[in-house]
Amino acid sequence: MRRTSLGRTGPGFFHERKLKMEQILANGVYLGSQYAMIALGLTLIFALMNVLNFAHGQMYVIGGFVTYTFYGQWGVPFVLALVMSCVTLAILGALIERYLFAPVIKGSAREESTMLLAAGIAFFLDALILIIFGEKQRGVPKIVNGVFNYDFRLIMPYDRILICVLAILSIVAFIGLMQYTKTGRALRALAQDRTAAQLMGVNVDRYSMIGFALGAMLAGLVGGLLVTITGVNLGMGGPTSIKAFMMVMIGGAGVISGAIWGGIILGFMEAIGLAVLSQYGDITYLLIFISLMIFLAVRPQGLMGKPWG
Amino acid sequence: MQRRTLMKAVLTAVTLTALQTTIVHAENTVLKIGFVGVTSGPAAAWGISNQRSMEARAAWINETGGYTIGGTTYDIEIVSFDDQKDPKRAIAGMEKMAQEGIHYVVGPNVDDGAAAVRPVAESNGIMYFPYAFPKALYQAPASNAVLGMVANYQSGPAIYKYLMAEKGVKTVAFIAANESDPLSQRDGGVEAATALGMEVVSSNVTYQVDTTDFTPVLTPIMRTRPDLLVLSGVSPANAPQLIRSARELGFEGVISTETAQDAGVLAEGAGDLANGFISVGGASTPELASPMMNEFVQRYTDMFGEYNDESNTKVYALEYILETLKADPSAIADVNAFQATMDTFEAPNPYMNGDAKLRYVGMSSFGQKRQVAVPLVVNVYQDGAFKTLFVAEVD
Repeated sequence: MRRTSLGRTGPGFFHERKLKMEQILANGVYLGSQYAMIALGLTLIFALMNVLNFAHGQMYVIGGFVTYTFYGQWGVPFVLALVMSCVTLAILGALIERYLFAPVIKGSAREESTMLLAAGIAFFLDALILIIFGEKQRGVPKIVNGVFNYDFRLIMPYDRILICVLAILSIVAFIGLMQYTKTGRALRALAQDRTAAQLMGVNVDRYSMIGFALGAMLAGLVGGLLVTITGVNLGMGGPTSIKAFMMVMIGGAGVISGAIWGGIILGFMEAIGLAVLSQYGDITYLLIFISLMIFLAVRPQGLMGKPWG
Repeated sequence: MQRRTLMKAVLTAVTLTALQTTIVHAENTVLKIGFVGVTSGPAAAWGISNQRSMEARAAWINETGGYTIGGTTYDIEIVSFDDQKDPKRAIAGMEKMAQEGIHYVVGPNVDDGAAAVRPVAESNGIMYFPYAFPKALYQAPASNAVLGMVANYQSGPAIYKYLMAEKGVKTVAFIAANESDPLSQRDGGVEAATALGMEVVSSNVTYQVDTTDFTPVLTPIMRTRPDLLVLSGVSPANAPQLIRSARELGFEGVISTETAQDAGVLAEGAGDLANGFISVGGASTPELASPMMNEFVQRYTDMFGEYNDESNTKVYALEYILETLKADPSAIADVNAFQATMDTFEAPNPYMNGDAKLRYVGMSSFGQKRQVAVPLVVNVYQDGAFKTLFVAEVD
């Protein structure tokens, strides 16, 4: 019987303690970067349109399935498959905004109308995913083989490192887009004050659609990236949306930097909890939820949010 | 003119086809069999493989003229209900079956759903075939539930014994999702492993059902250096990711589970890292599958585009119901007659080569025959397909 190469004998106890902290930090960075990307799209849509997009998780799943189909099934290069995920979701997002959310927002002053619409879209997309892609868990070939192993203190497969780097680069690119382009400035203006932006000549309808498409595209991008690590199945949508809402609540709804901080904080809380509390069973998320409730009671607007909205 | 003639011809053909179809269907009485299980959400693969197995078999029966019970030939109609893995929905599903006059139902797929529907089933004269393991469902005074597969407390010890003898496994770690089925299967596995003299080095680690990245979850277990890692009650969606993460973290021991898995899903999700993974299967490995099993797989694939290896075990429940009704036609509307027949029922197993039998078992586990005698086929995954490791019988 071969033994796992992870464990050590002799001075291993010291080693194991070291491994724990370094591994926790690496897991935290990895989880945090992917969570931040998931939360970005959701918070962007909320900032622009005041819409809680319950279908964000389903958009993430569709992004994963598109990459799976192009890269895993048809052998298209991964980068191209990723682009297809982004394009597909951007188009889907634009259509959803143009033909569903925009008319509802114009026709109803009640916020729950858009919430119900978003929930309905989530159910619809779930059914669509089942019909088109089936019920099975899907996965794609690894984009990079091999595992980084630093003296058994830190073990991280190369594909996770690559995805983590790509996620961080995507976040930086998104921030750059929002800060330094005309579209980004228009979107920020729209998020700050819709009426003032309109008075300053911003085409509100057009940029609302662009913003929604961008948010959906981010969901598609992260879905396409993560299908190489986690695979994808039709049941992932709902839980992904819930996690995204948690991150947005931690960071502050509608604030880009808040979503990033929310993702990083949740990623680290999860990594630390799973490592430190594993012997007590699955209480990590219980504690995360309790912490979140206490935090929101003290600071309901989240870390970076403003109390007035 | 030509277009009009063509239109007439098409209309006539369509009308005749429709008429013929109606006549064919009108020839036979319809026998409704129910399915209540999860066909949406993360565990959808379990219920959908159930439902599609039933639908594929029913379509096959209907296409070949129907199923004769007591001199009457029936077309089989599958009435399905998605309980969304929610016990309240499962109760609603079973009530719907009762309202439709259905006496035989396959499902639910999980423990709490199966427990929740018991009063409805027993008060409405419904026999049901859950894929849930709690013994209370099948022990007296419970009467109407029949376990549709091999339970983990039956397959687990067989697998552990095999691994101890053949692979020298001495230490074992368990990991389970934080919900009732996997947790109860983990507890059963720990009990069985301890009874066999194995050292359980980790059994506390659990994960959220919606976990997608298992590296952080598995890291503490890997440090306990088990010879065997048991994925208790693992769903087909999570198995490849768990295997992949464990192997990437350097685990070189044996990984096993007591649930059914799909080779295609493992190949896509874990690739060669899944080689050597042990799971419980049905009868579709080339060594065991009969020509009828092969035809079932082909028909299922033709109907739904892709086969699901989980159906190797789920093909059986409908066959058991129909064969038992054939053995005692009065049971069609009388579950008491069905229960009486179960004690002596025996028929050839059409899905396995050799002289395997369909019969009800469960005396040693439940004190009464409330389990279908599905062969306990333990498979090992290798290079994209399952190979039979060993075959055993329950009871």
